[in-house]
Amino acid sequence: MEVSIYPGCSLEGLAKAYGESIEAASKVLGVSFRELEDWTCCGSSSAHVTNDELAVALAARNLAIADRTGSDLVVPCAACFQRLKVAEKHLKAGKAVEGVPRYDGRFRIRTLPDFFLEDVGEAALRDKVKKPLTGLSVACYYGCLTLRPPKITDAKNPDNPKEMDRVLAALGADVKPWSFKADCCGGNLTLTRPDLHMKLTQRILDMAEEAGADCIAAACPMCHENLDSKQAEISRESGKTYAMPVFYFTELMGLAFGELDVQKWLGRHTVDPRPFLQGKGLL
Amino acid sequence: MPERGLPETIVPSPSFREHVQERSGENVCACYQCEKCTNGCPLAFSMDIVPHKVIRAVQLGLKEQVLTSDTIWICASCETCTTRCPNDIDIAHVMDCLRQTARSEGTKASQPQVAVFHDAFLASMRRFGRVHEGEMAVTYALKSGGLKGLLSLSGMGLDMFRKGKVKMLPHRPNREVKDIFRVTERKG
Repeated sequence: MEVSIYPGCSLEGLAKAYGESIEAASKVLGVSFRELEDWTCCGSSSAHVTNDELAVALAARNLAIADRTGSDLVVPCAACFQRLKVAEKHLKAGKAVEGVPRYDGRFRIRTLPDFFLEDVGEAALRDKVKKPLTGLSVACYYGCLTLRPPKITDAKNPDNPKEMDRVLAALGADVKPWSFKADCCGGNLTLTRPDLHMKLTQRILDMAEEAGADCIAAACPMCHENLDSKQAEISRESGKTYAMPVFYFTELMGLAFGELDVQKWLGRHTVDPRPFLQGKGLL
Repeated sequence: MPERGLPETIVPSPSFREHVQERSGENVCACYQCEKCTNGCPLAFSMDIVPHKVIRAVQLGLKEQVLTSDTIWICASCETCTTRCPNDIDIAHVMDCLRQTARSEGTKASQPQVAVFHDAFLASMRRFGRVHEGEMAVTYALKSGGLKGLLSLSGMGLDMFRKGKVKMLPHRPNREVKDIFRVTERKG
């Protein structure tokens, strides 16, 4: 199965483990992700703050490229996904967008969990499991921008998404219901107001714990970095110890499929999840 | 952040409201102050003017209060307000419009480092077509905190480098992206 992917700027840097695990998991499943040729930045959180037209045009440039391939476009980052969807709505409404003279739009923009669930399917996922994720209690964190606002994202279930839950449940994980799947981690305040960003993150970690989860799965570079990287600092400030492993959900797919590179991906985390997985007999 | 009260006597000035409605395309007059935006906002606790009051202030034309507020720079664009508004006002988009207006009018940002961050982000995008995280973070640290800012970032940077999370070389510049910047800036 071939499909286009828009990786986004973080997949080669900050979220290298995400990129590596996407590649490994998709290979096992017989999915070939073709990187969108000559893709450029979607404009992310900064362009729309400055200039609406700039924001739409930066994202739309990539859609014009995808339009020529004609296959669905999978987007593994929440912010990229939403900016591309915003541009799609503009183009489909026939609004003029700088640099895009013509647009057919005969393809869908998809999140990664949605693609694995709908196009690969639970049965195919189960088929490839070598090491079921038994005993792993996971809270799936989707990130605001894959869901909101639903009139842009076309999310089926914006308050309680299920795609990642079902993917990981098919791999044997004990997926916990919780109410913070779509709550904001303060992503774009990470560098500018770390105090606020840490407050929001702490709340998400607390709620995951209260839901009975012992780890979190994320499907976005910023979500992952935000939840994973500040736990030592939050512990120092709050006096409560935080050391909850945060995975990219594709790392857990790789783990369940028996991929040998898992150790390398996990070595890139801030909260080292390896002792935790060893304790569960999964590593 | 203590919440800031709005003035007791207000002479409504419709021109600012009209500007916001035109620039954003959002009908802020539809707001009847149900407060769903504020109740759902994860950052309302840290804002000096909470979201439903920002909308009210725009209706009344309180330009200065709105454009100098912390709120417009603290808003994380999570879009909870937009999703929940019963009158279909895209409140996150109104916040964008207020930030854009503050920038174009040269109003000093109450949270200047946020404006510096967006500038660094856009500069990297413009230069390389894709954002180079390392370059962007260094530019931001230097411009917001000087050498001290750079030093405070260096620990995190070194740790990320050790973990292989720093991409070394930036992407090659992209002519089309530079054109998009040039043309839309001229218009906007």
